[in-house]
Amino acid sequence: MGGPGGNAWRWLREHAVQIVAVLVVLYMLIPIAVIFGFSFNDPAGRFNFTWVGFTLDHWRNAFGIPELNEALVTSLKLAVLATVISTVIGTLMAMALVRHEFFGRRPANFLIVIPMATPEIVMGSALLSFFLLIGTFSLGFETLLIAHVMFCISFVVVVVRSRLIGFDRNLEEAAKDLGASSFETFRLVTLPLIMPGIFGAAMLAFALSIDDFVISNFNAGTTVTFPLYIFGAAQRGIPVEVNVIAMILFFFTCATMGFATWQQRRAEKLASVRPEQETGAGMPVGASAAT
Amino acid sequence: MRRRVAPYLLLGPGAAWLLLFFVVPLYYLAELSLNSGVFGSYEFTWHWENYSDALQLYDSQFVRSFVYAGLATLFALLLAYPLAYTIAFKAGRWRNVLLFAVVAPFFTTYLIRTVAWKTILSDQSPVVSVLDALGLAPEGHVLATAGAVIAGLTYNFLPFMVLPIYASLERLDVRLIEAGKDLYASAAQTFLRVTLPLSAPGVVAGTLLTFIPASGDYVNAQFLGSANNQMIGNVIQSLYLKQSDYPAAAALSFVLMAAILILVLVYIRFAGSESLMGEEAV
Repeated sequence: MGGPGGNAWRWLREHAVQIVAVLVVLYMLIPIAVIFGFSFNDPAGRFNFTWVGFTLDHWRNAFGIPELNEALVTSLKLAVLATVISTVIGTLMAMALVRHEFFGRRPANFLIVIPMATPEIVMGSALLSFFLLIGTFSLGFETLLIAHVMFCISFVVVVVRSRLIGFDRNLEEAAKDLGASSFETFRLVTLPLIMPGIFGAAMLAFALSIDDFVISNFNAGTTVTFPLYIFGAAQRGIPVEVNVIAMILFFFTCATMGFATWQQRRAEKLASVRPEQETGAGMPVGASAAT
Repeated sequence: MRRRVAPYLLLGPGAAWLLLFFVVPLYYLAELSLNSGVFGSYEFTWHWENYSDALQLYDSQFVRSFVYAGLATLFALLLAYPLAYTIAFKAGRWRNVLLFAVVAPFFTTYLIRTVAWKTILSDQSPVVSVLDALGLAPEGHVLATAGAVIAGLTYNFLPFMVLPIYASLERLDVRLIEAGKDLYASAAQTFLRVTLPLSAPGVVAGTLLTFIPASGDYVNAQFLGSANNQMIGNVIQSLYLKQSDYPAAAALSFVLMAAILILVLVYIRFAGSESLMGEEAV
């Protein structure tokens, strides 16, 4: 080959993988750009599919549709409750699985994996069948909460477990040698160290819950969550405010993620300071154990 | 004594929740699928005909679900591998930015993302003009075709493919790749003989995490497809929530679960089980 054309061809060949990667990233981001762009649209009819003109009205009126607000509040309440419950019981399960050898460990592992390998529609329809046949629960917020906790647990266990596996048990032994009770050891040593894992698990549970459509669609009764509102509105035209709220949620999640990453980096930096270099405030346990 | 009770106490609440609200409902699903009668007075009668009727009536939707999900999984793999490879080995300081781009779709609601594809693929959109010019959009439409549904499925489950492949590539010992090159393997040979086999666990996990939800999905077919692109999820949803034909819907759900379970077991048998269950056994 040779010549400038040959060089360009060679550059393309050498960077083919990166070029494909950039195109894939664009594929992943274009819909988000479209959602953002169309939150400024001023659609002519009820359908927000074609670009008409720029307006800030819908951002000003973001919380101006009562049914949408109600759905959003329901979703947030549901997500917070489901996150708290699933994070607590999921963390306990992860502790049992990583820390203890016991009879029934394999079936327990299986019980945790299998919901993640089941299509949502099967979980949703099975729960609906259960609620219909036993008849003690009336479909609504209560059944939604049961369902959301159920599908979040497995993910919490997996995330927290991965953090517990890399855990240095000597730190707990040290605390116990220094006279801490089991509970003090857990509260002052174990919990702070696995906190990033628990926080990550909670974030994941929150994201799964607030975004869930399929299982909620089956078990909501007449209760409306944010995704269910969108589904219901789809036939008559989704208001532009939905795009605005979706973007507000997007930026809020990005900020939380950014903050969490920053916190974790800071914690890692502090933890990487060795006791003899310790200058003052720093790692609480390691420092007090060393002095 | 305390040590022997402790794990069960820790495990108790979560295991009880999963047993009561995941395992027990599957039993009720099975029971409901063997009911007969009309809405309001269904009775348990071991009505196995529900299964044969459902399969006969909806066989095309079943086949379509697995074909669409299979194609979406294949496309997702072809798109995800170069991206995961780039993030793991070539991205440098862009690594975190790219990882953020992979998870960013999760931060916007699933339904809105799918509706956004309706805008992107509408007849007036520049994307469709480009596809048309390339001969990929017969008669100038993409929306309400199988292509649109498969594109939507591919898009929605792509992060589930990228993340496990990235995780397995990231853990890979780069010295093995260098060794391949030192032993005069070409770049392609090194990739096929070293990199690809070592990333197989990620590929297996990614394909399962994409295929399973895609085959049960009904949102993409609902928003991006036409009546001719209905998947089994659409049928189950409609039988349950619109027509209240619970026994037929339950039978279809059960068949879907069984079919997926069999496919997954066969696949794991061929692809090696350590990728999925191996990690669980830790």
